[in-house]
Amino acid sequence: MAGVKILAIESSCDETAAAVVEDGRKVLSNIISSQIDIHTLYGGVVPEIASRKHTERICNVVSEALNAASISLEDVDAVAVTYGPGLVGALLVGVSYAKGLAYAASKPLIGVHHIEGHICANLIDHPELEPPFLSLVVSGGHTTLVRVEDYNKMEVLGITRDDAAGEAFDKVARAIGLGYPGGPKIDKISDEGDPDAVAFPRAKVGDSVYDFSFSGLKSAVLNYLNQCRMSNVEINTADVAASFQKAAVDILCERVDLALDELGDKTFALAGGVAANKHLRAGLEEVCKKHGVKFYCPLPVYCTDNAAMIGAAAYYEYISGVRHGLDLNAMPSLRLGERI
Amino acid sequence: MKILAIESSGRCASAALLSDGMIKGEYTLDTGLTHSETLLPLTDSLLKGTGGEKPDVIAVSAGPGSFTGLRIGAAMVKGLADGWKAGVIAVPTLEALAYRFYGYEELICPLMDARRGQVYGGVYTFAEGNKLETLRTGGAYELKEVLEYINGIGKKVIFLGDGTDRYEEVIKEEVKVPFLIAAPHKRYQSAACVAMYAYEAGEEKVIPAQAFVPEYMRMSQAERERAEKGE
Repeated sequence: MAGVKILAIESSCDETAAAVVEDGRKVLSNIISSQIDIHTLYGGVVPEIASRKHTERICNVVSEALNAASISLEDVDAVAVTYGPGLVGALLVGVSYAKGLAYAASKPLIGVHHIEGHICANLIDHPELEPPFLSLVVSGGHTTLVRVEDYNKMEVLGITRDDAAGEAFDKVARAIGLGYPGGPKIDKISDEGDPDAVAFPRAKVGDSVYDFSFSGLKSAVLNYLNQCRMSNVEINTADVAASFQKAAVDILCERVDLALDELGDKTFALAGGVAANKHLRAGLEEVCKKHGVKFYCPLPVYCTDNAAMIGAAAYYEYISGVRHGLDLNAMPSLRLGERI
Repeated sequence: MKILAIESSGRCASAALLSDGMIKGEYTLDTGLTHSETLLPLTDSLLKGTGGEKPDVIAVSAGPGSFTGLRIGAAMVKGLADGWKAGVIAVPTLEALAYRFYGYEELICPLMDARRGQVYGGVYTFAEGNKLETLRTGGAYELKEVLEYINGIGKKVIFLGDGTDRYEEVIKEEVKVPFLIAAPHKRYQSAACVAMYAYEAGEEKVIPAQAFVPEYMRMSQAERERAEKGE
């Protein structure tokens, strides 16, 4: 099946996005309307505001995506939408809109798992990348180590037991006065800091070798800052940021190292918003090099939330015959690999 | 003009089709399922049952009401409108509720439970020529404020809306004029009323789908707290 064009919609958090993707690999358009300026005022994403903004913007974002791809709705083979996981109110806007659109235009509807979308962002512009491969998804809401057995078959090896990695970046950034969003700010200031200045813990999760934990690391940073303030020791923000980031990157790299050892995969794909972090990329590239594994990472624009990745994932659902009904609901806690 | 009307501001999911001034069908469900699961299947059944032609205009109950309910309706309507290349008419929910008692000379007072000790309410009546007249503009009020206003006018009043379920006792105690609480079959939102309102509003009220935004009548909690802090 060639020349399949999918209109994809994504609204699981604070980006309203639509894209047209051909055959799962070729992005014809990728429109993202970010709300970050609004949520920055509140120090994080406010679900009710995000939902309202999605409702205001969705029509324009979709029509821009069609225009930029130089196609009309009639030329689209299917409508795809993220139906979970994410903020329920935000997801509902995309899901309700996509259902109405698909119904009125008599197009098949395909619900897509947000994290599968992130993983499939690696397929874009990489025609040679095929399953099986190992993938690590790192974002503000997710930290998941996945074995991609096939396009529609994902096995979760490890997840975070508490905070997502990106969440820890945001919280630490706020504590050291860098503001929101924390990831890019910590990445940048760390260049000027000493990653070995403060010894922060690299927590292991007792009963699972692949699970992650970041709350201990976050608390250690907060405790360190408190101690400094109480004993009037001057805080070197760059050193704290660099040391925290080193610890977080080490935690992530260690699990990937172990999984590559055990499973022997020859391909690894990084995904998610935190994949844009250059220290994490460098760390994982090194791990891959050590194992003789080919390292993939999407372009930055496909790392953060976008709809092109949803269109990529939807293509493989489409060709395997997956279709969703008019009663498709938003699933805020949809598990990876789960199908409804 | 063929108008599809959608109502999802409260408990019931409701869809109606109006053609040439006649209601061709109305489906209303109060199943406890989410509007996300019921609203489009019910709309599909309605359209199939009434001939399957695509509507020219979609009327949507614009709010106030449940934020999530309003958005499910709004987003679905926008998708339908973009798919059919149809326009949208935004219908104020409280005024559509008042249409439950179309033509009545009594005061009509729709009350919706707005939580936080408030109601979304308004006071209306049908003046000569069956024209809806607004006596108290729809908004988020303390119930007491609305009831004092009604007592001040001194005319018979009909209460309706889910606010009457929650505040029946208060109404019975505080209202000093003759009153009636609507029976269950005329108490809640109905898409047929939304359709009628849109039909009377006419084609000049049609807007493009992207211009439609729900009328929440309230800021989000985060915005409110920020405004209170004066940031």
